[in-house]
Amino acid sequence: MREVAAQFERPVLLFSGGKDSILMVHLAKKAFAPARIPFTLVHVDTGHNFAETLEFRDRLVEETQVQLHVGSVQESIDSGRQKEEPGPNPSRNRLQIMVLLEALADVKADAALGGGRRDEEKARAKERFFSHRDRFGQWDPKNQRPELWNIFNGRKAMGEHFRVFPLSNWTEMDVWQYIQAENVDIPSLYFAHTRNVVERDGVLLAESDVNDLLPGEEWSEMVVRFRTIGDASCTGATVSGAASLDDIIAEVAASRVTERGGRHDDKHSEAAMEDRKKQGYF
Amino acid sequence: MDLLRFSTAGSVDDGKSTLIGRLLYDTKSIFQDQLDAVEEASTRRGEGYVNLALLTDGLRAEREQNITIDVAYRYFATPKRKFIIADTPGHVQYTRNMVTGASTAELAIVLIDARNGVLTQSKRHGFIASLLGIPHILVAVNKMDLVDWSEERYDEIVREYTDFAAKLGVEDMTFIPISALLGDNVVDESENMPWYHGSTLLHHLEHVNVGAHRNLVDFRFPVQYVIRPDQDYRGYAGRVSSGTIRPGEEIMVLPSGKRTTVASVDTHGGPVDEAVAGDSVAIATTEELDISRGDMIVRPLNLPMVESEVDATICWTADEPMEPGKQYWLRQTTREVKAFISRLVYRIDVDTLHRETVDSFQLNDIGRVQIQTALPVFFDRYEMNRETGGFILVDPHSNNTVAAGMIRGAVRSAEDLATQLQEDAEAPQTTSPDVVWEGWNVPLPQREARNKHKAAVVWFTGLSGSGKTSIARGVERELFGGGLQTMLLDGDQVRHGLNGDLGFSPEDRTENIRRVGEVAALFFRQANVVLCTFISPFQADRDAARALVPKGRFFEVFVDTPLEECEKRDTKGLYARARKGEIAHMTGISSPYETPGNAEIHVETTGQTLEESVAAVVGALRAAGIGSLEAQ
Repeated sequence: MREVAAQFERPVLLFSGGKDSILMVHLAKKAFAPARIPFTLVHVDTGHNFAETLEFRDRLVEETQVQLHVGSVQESIDSGRQKEEPGPNPSRNRLQIMVLLEALADVKADAALGGGRRDEEKARAKERFFSHRDRFGQWDPKNQRPELWNIFNGRKAMGEHFRVFPLSNWTEMDVWQYIQAENVDIPSLYFAHTRNVVERDGVLLAESDVNDLLPGEEWSEMVVRFRTIGDASCTGATVSGAASLDDIIAEVAASRVTERGGRHDDKHSEAAMEDRKKQGYF
Repeated sequence: MDLLRFSTAGSVDDGKSTLIGRLLYDTKSIFQDQLDAVEEASTRRGEGYVNLALLTDGLRAEREQNITIDVAYRYFATPKRKFIIADTPGHVQYTRNMVTGASTAELAIVLIDARNGVLTQSKRHGFIASLLGIPHILVAVNKMDLVDWSEERYDEIVREYTDFAAKLGVEDMTFIPISALLGDNVVDESENMPWYHGSTLLHHLEHVNVGAHRNLVDFRFPVQYVIRPDQDYRGYAGRVSSGTIRPGEEIMVLPSGKRTTVASVDTHGGPVDEAVAGDSVAIATTEELDISRGDMIVRPLNLPMVESEVDATICWTADEPMEPGKQYWLRQTTREVKAFISRLVYRIDVDTLHRETVDSFQLNDIGRVQIQTALPVFFDRYEMNRETGGFILVDPHSNNTVAAGMIRGAVRSAEDLATQLQEDAEAPQTTSPDVVWEGWNVPLPQREARNKHKAAVVWFTGLSGSGKTSIARGVERELFGGGLQTMLLDGDQVRHGLNGDLGFSPEDRTENIRRVGEVAALFFRQANVVLCTFISPFQADRDAARALVPKGRFFEVFVDTPLEECEKRDTKGLYARARKGEIAHMTGISSPYETPGNAEIHVETTGQTLEESVAAVVGALRAAGIGSLEAQ
């Protein structure tokens, strides 16, 4: 993170509201103490957020006194720049890409820190710490700069930017153990609670304004928690009684499904993640 | 819990991805949904078994071609250790990825297909691992199931690879026979190979000694960022590359050389008593100094090298070839300086380890260069300190990382030294304290004046049995008889004493010639005509010896006798033994000879008597003015 602050002029930290980005804010606090975090937080609001996420975000911003910039997918749709996916269960993942790029352009960001980890998905296993994006925000997985030792090359031409992933070498387990060791505050969504969900294609979707029932489906009340937090329309819940960090760590250790296994959007095709990344998704 | 980072590489079909898939599968590091996806994909591709390789082959292009094309990182843990695998491809074009994957690894797994034996791939990976200073190499002889679990076959491969690796100087090398497909000796012991009594692959990974190579002696702190929340506090943030530091200790800041003491070592949680290699901290000093990113904080009594010309081994990682003389950015620790490649010493053929003279480096080329930097860099030799000895070169136009480099040391620039010697030798004899180099008590011109002739180094090169020694002996008797002060250095003679510790690998040959070159330069300083007879097969080595004496005083004599003729003579019986395979590095047979391109004297012995050859050399030397003091 210090390397990013040193090598770039207007670095930002992408904030999704998930535990990884909360952890990133925590690490940034540590890296620059006693000074303030020298990054603007950029949040892409899909309009499909869990209410808890937004509350948590605003509290964090107040506490760390960091700048916040919000890019809104809803606005982008309302202004006619983009169209909602048709169908009963629209995912706003593809729409997010353009809003993210616009938000980065708005704050003239030359580097964007993200909480991506290589253990999340196969395409991410090849991601660099400093990942170059061209003028259009696109990633070229076949033409990445080699990354040697701890020397990071953040040189770029005008208009290009970098995505930087300090957590690249962390695993889901590392994240949870660190959250526990450092006593990092995380949203209640991660802990077991009771809510209405519906099962669709093996994923448990939560009841909210954005998830409509299909014919033949009905809500049922279950004790669940979320392993990742993103767009409420595609982030699946897990049946779990894990109410504390200890429980969660035990659950992760015993788990047989990846975190992204609860993400509806990756299931579109075998190479879904790689396609989205090439276009500029995080 | 400790962490072991290791790299894997192998040829396309060595089963590397299968091995990693097997490790993940047997250590239960694979999630059900990943396994489901792999099963589904295997079925779709019409494979009759669950293709574990699909777990690791990340990108779509490689899934289509069935090969891994980039460095992919994998994570797994056992109750004993956490592991990070840098999985790199093994085919020809991807040396650069292997270098990348190996740069942070502490162990390398080299895979060998038991059916195919030791291929260049496996050699290349071993070489790169040793080049990048990986302390442990694990050679996994895979697909033992396809050679009927044969102990004989395994032993054969172990012998062959051990012979090859002897040249590399690897600290620790372990061999394990496995079957990644069936799981034998990967996580569980094999029932099919009762003859093998060593540990399984995972057991070895869990128990190999790591961290022993951390340098806790030489304190190096590259300044990464300055933290300055207000007027009262200024902390120099960075990570301790090596060594340790405590509050109150005296420090020196490079490049300014200014000294001060550590006021505090700070972290987010407050000040600490000590920071050790690997810790990210901020150092506050008692006095305000002008310190910025790219500076290095060290101890005044333990300094790194501070030079603006370095001798390095580099691997070219860009599609566009190197342009000698072009300006690049050199990044090392947190420092970035302009630099250019001032000299290409040689390229190494990674398959044979032979050295070649080239004009430029292409993608994946590895070799030795000298680099001139616009400002000094602060470094240690890579083998002593990976953190401060490694660097990258960045193209200022494309911004690509074009090379990875490992510093071997400062350049005692051969040219500079020659120039200095030249100036020294030509210094006027009137006493002027300013021009006499302090190191030499009696300057060369005074010695030459007493001897009444000029000093020179006459370097005889040629194949074994070409007649170098016979001719040189004749030349020496002739010159000595003529009143000249002479000295003869002979290959066999120095290998009995001075260089008795060296063998005949390319590295040892180079070291042999380097030492002899230095000795010759010393005798030269004593105003001798020094006659050296060494096969000295590499042009770069001969050039290095040449550079130690002033221009015009080095005579390369190419004793040109065809190999067939040398072999026919075979005065020492060496060729016969080499042909039988008893001698590993016989020049002309199993080791190359680089024909001189710039020899001052060329003696073709065919059709010439020994006396005629001797007379030719003596005539050429006299013609060059060596026998007298007159300038020519």
